[in-house]
Amino acid sequence: MLEGLKKTGYLSDEELKSGPGIPSAERRKKGPAAVIECIQPIPCNPCETSCKVNAIAVGDDITNLPRLDQDACIGCASCIAICPGQAIFVVDDGFEEERSRVMIPYEFLPLPQKGDMVTALDRSGKEVGDAEILNVRKKENMDKTAVVTLAVPKALSMTVRFFKSKKQ
Amino acid sequence: MQRHEMVSVGAGPAGLSAAIAAAKNGVQVAVYDENDRPGGQLFKQIHKFFGSHEHRAMERGFDIGKSLLEEARSLGVQVILDSVVMGIYENRTMNVMVKDHVEEVKGESILVATGASENMIPFPGWTLPGVIGAGAAQTMANIHGVKPGKRLLMVGSGNVGVVVSYQMRQAGCEVVAIIDAAPEVGGYGVHAAKVARTGVPFYLGHTIKAAHGKKWVEGATIHQVDASWNPVQGTEKTFDVDTICVAVGLNPMTQLLKMAACKMVSVPALGGSIPAHDKNQATSVPGIYVAGDVSGIEEASSAIVEGRLAGIAISNRLGFLNDGDFHQQRETLLKSMAGLRSGPFGQKRDEGKQILFESMKG
Amino acid sequence: MRITEHPILGSFEKGKKITFTLDGDTMEGCDNEPIAAALRAQGVLIHRITTRREEPRGLFCAIGRCTDCVMTVDGVPNVRTCVTPLREGMDIRTQKGKGQITAEE
Repeated sequence: MLEGLKKTGYLSDEELKSGPGIPSAERRKKGPAAVIECIQPIPCNPCETSCKVNAIAVGDDITNLPRLDQDACIGCASCIAICPGQAIFVVDDGFEEERSRVMIPYEFLPLPQKGDMVTALDRSGKEVGDAEILNVRKKENMDKTAVVTLAVPKALSMTVRFFKSKKQ
Repeated sequence: MQRHEMVSVGAGPAGLSAAIAAAKNGVQVAVYDENDRPGGQLFKQIHKFFGSHEHRAMERGFDIGKSLLEEARSLGVQVILDSVVMGIYENRTMNVMVKDHVEEVKGESILVATGASENMIPFPGWTLPGVIGAGAAQTMANIHGVKPGKRLLMVGSGNVGVVVSYQMRQAGCEVVAIIDAAPEVGGYGVHAAKVARTGVPFYLGHTIKAAHGKKWVEGATIHQVDASWNPVQGTEKTFDVDTICVAVGLNPMTQLLKMAACKMVSVPALGGSIPAHDKNQATSVPGIYVAGDVSGIEEASSAIVEGRLAGIAISNRLGFLNDGDFHQQRETLLKSMAGLRSGPFGQKRDEGKQILFESMKG
Repeated sequence: MRITEHPILGSFEKGKKITFTLDGDTMEGCDNEPIAAALRAQGVLIHRITTRREEPRGLFCAIGRCTDCVMTVDGVPNVRTCVTPLREGMDIRTQKGKGQITAEE
């Protein structure tokens, strides 16, 4: 089941579909939802304790995979900066006709600026198209993890997980 | 001869946590560390830790290091730096090289928390300047603010390999690839995924064939290995790099324990030759305790819990903590430890620790 | 090769800029940082040359354990440059083999 991640360092599409933290396509069309790409049992539960609407469940055995209650999730993105593994994203397929919003954790410099056009990358770092930076959020309580919101072509909302600047 | 109620050899997360736990019970503690700064490996760890709140999850290693040090000092723990404990002799006496002279020290209880050192694999060109341990890359970048190189190859995909690769990306270096002779990524998937998305490819089932360069590293060639670890002809790939980081495992620095005649057990899953110890972190020599990586390669969170276990065990042994309270606190800590050693990654370490506990019953 | 701003660590607190010499040439570094860090920041990778085969060696562990980074500093050979603080005016030399003590006692 974990062939993709353990062989390549990133999740395969099969692994992505079967994770308990992944909201359905229908749910994503309704508005922003957390996408928890955490599929290996390691002892860890900050996502559960940080969710203000109790949409993430790990349980007493903290090696359980986090389960998302997609109807309770309001897509506030608080969990993105909390996850020590940077495995949580927020996807909003209800954003625009042609584009979706993808929010990612970002711990690099330089931070992009709102309005920048960047190159969108998939989980393997491969270039898959262009994205527009809609927002960059970096607050004290996020402990130096910024959250970057990208606008990407709708078909790529479950593919784009990183970006790079167009300047070299 | 100086006498202390407790001596901790090592001011890393295990040593400091033990000192704090003991000092809270009124034990007089001196901590010696050979480095000019305390904290062990913590100050190089700039990522957020996993675990739960009690395991200090979400805190970055260097923040945990700072707070442990402040807490220890506020409790009156003496932290003596630039001091090498050279030997542990009979009756828990030690010779300590404090800067430029030797002092004789005796501890009623001694905690050895000396951590581990990096392994190395030899390959043609391995002596060229530019071949460094992964820990060295971290030290240069995170402590001294100097990039170890511009283009790096990482050898090893365990947690150290993937975490350091990510930190090298944060430092502004290129990482051309992460290679591992094993067929699967050794470290946590989330650590691997963080660095994979920045465009770093993984070459599993590959090992390093050679480092190239006349006076320093200018390139590296890797090749595939088969199921018997033999190189496969015609699978060479060459990379243009100036730095090769080696992250092929850690092994505990147990010299003091061997010298003190502690019983040692071979446990490959924990890094090699490990001092036998019980659940109180006590070794086979009365009064000598171990905690952290020296008692088996794990993580900072386990080092902290083991340190606390040793600290309360020492407090109980010296009469500063009554049996009832000791057992209660111990149960809480053991439960916490069980959480850290659960799941597929923790299982092997847990099995290794069980072997150590069993060997104390002989 | 110095990191001016780090996404997690911000800027590094370094000592003031000072000069030292490497094999007679003047170089810059920061007061109190390890000699090896100052050298690496300037792109210097060779610390010593081995006795028999005259091969270059440099930094390996960076924490004072392996001794691959030793150089002759102010006349004293076998100084572990990764754990020795740089000071103004230090005379640092690429060590040839086991080095010779030329310092005044």
